[in-house]
Amino acid sequence: MTTAPLKRTPLNEVHRASGAKMVDFGGWDMPVQYSGLVDEHLTVRNAVGLFDVSHMGEIEIRGPEAAKLADYVTTNAVAKLKHGQAQYSGLLYEHGGFVDDILVHKVADDSFFICVNASNQEKDFEHIVANNHFECEVEFASEKYAQIAIQGPKALETAQQLTETPLAPIRYYWFTDGIFAGVPARIARTGYTGEDGFEVYVAPDDAVAVWKAILEAGKSAGIKPCGLGARNTLRLESKMALYGHEIGASISPLEADLAWIVKFDKGAFIGRDALLKQKENGLTRKLVGFEMRGRGIGRDGYEVLLAGSPAGWVTSGSPAPFLNKNLGLCYLPLAHAKAGEKIEIVVRNQPVEAETVPTPFYKRPQ
Amino acid sequence: MNYPESYRYTKEHEWVSLTGDIATIGITFHAQEELGDIVYVDLPKPGAQLETGKSLGSVESVKAVSDIYAPLAGEVLEVNELLATAPEKLNEDPHGDAWLVKVRVGDSSEFNNLLSASDYQTYVGAES
Repeated sequence: MTTAPLKRTPLNEVHRASGAKMVDFGGWDMPVQYSGLVDEHLTVRNAVGLFDVSHMGEIEIRGPEAAKLADYVTTNAVAKLKHGQAQYSGLLYEHGGFVDDILVHKVADDSFFICVNASNQEKDFEHIVANNHFECEVEFASEKYAQIAIQGPKALETAQQLTETPLAPIRYYWFTDGIFAGVPARIARTGYTGEDGFEVYVAPDDAVAVWKAILEAGKSAGIKPCGLGARNTLRLESKMALYGHEIGASISPLEADLAWIVKFDKGAFIGRDALLKQKENGLTRKLVGFEMRGRGIGRDGYEVLLAGSPAGWVTSGSPAPFLNKNLGLCYLPLAHAKAGEKIEIVVRNQPVEAETVPTPFYKRPQ
Repeated sequence: MNYPESYRYTKEHEWVSLTGDIATIGITFHAQEELGDIVYVDLPKPGAQLETGKSLGSVESVKAVSDIYAPLAGEVLEVNELLATAPEKLNEDPHGDAWLVKVRVGDSSEFNNLLSASDYQTYVGAES
């Protein structure tokens, strides 16, 4: 068996030179940790952290019927987007399962910019192209962009030092194009941490200079580079889904507690019929949050017991560094997928007490 | 990082020091660094018999849980109680205060067969 060489982002040398711990993340050589997962996690909650997320993919749709294609292949209402607005959405199969979860940005009436998961990007592109029965073109644009996330309560003051574009007026899930750290950039007020912050898209050749400029600008705010380990615990505390865990080809958005991204009234879209049927027949299972009560950590893939019998599985579970609890998400039969249920998680062959709780576990102070 | 010359090491990243027939067992600096922030340490009770190469307990970090393997056979005499309340000590002083268990060793030749400090560091260097 031969192994393909790991893919590298334009910031790979910077990570290595800074002593980050690198791992194979879905075929990418990525930093999992810099100063330490807990330290990085708390830095993002209390100050500001910097993430290289250049492994994420980008797909662009352009042409007179770009909005029609985007609406047809996604679950959320693209037609309602305004210029400069971004939207979390699902890319589904006909049977209602996820191809991927994505961010759709409306650049212009005839131009959409879609950010997708790294390991799904080729599949997503092929899926969209295969369903392109409209007057528009679809471009696989991942090579055109590096993506850097600046996240935390001090993200705004940090980022603002690097651009003349006023950032405060950009609302959450809106974006603008401008000059950032001296180079052309797409600056989106989005993120995957539950904090305020920005995701900045720049040309790969500019990534190193931009990264260094942000670290310099954030010095007084206590900025730290962060790895994918902290990114995962941050998104879990905020109950943001991760493909391959909470969502996947055999899970629908209704089951994943993502009904809010499904707009049945917008007309035809791929997966609509299957989701309607699922809604009419009633769900059999649903995602719910839990908190460990006994000593142990319910981790991804662990079995969940209800009254001693197997009833579901953990999709993500971890100590939550900011909340200082052992938390997780799991699938349970619908009747039990609500807060206040006593459950057990099988931790290394040992059932450990847990309880379902309301989500998100963490919500940032407004 | 300083890997004491008087200790012996395993490829599973445990260390052992031997005084008479009493062995102290811990995990290496490299091991705690790989695991990251440690949140739980599960250890056997005094009196338990360790079998070479078998799991003697586990160390759990925010990221993952890992087995600890017995580098040699023997009877557990003492368990480091500090780690029950302060597991993070394992990140701070893995070769010292954060030892895991003390064991009465049956066959001390097992100790001599483990890796030397320099062999272990070569192994770790090659692995990463």
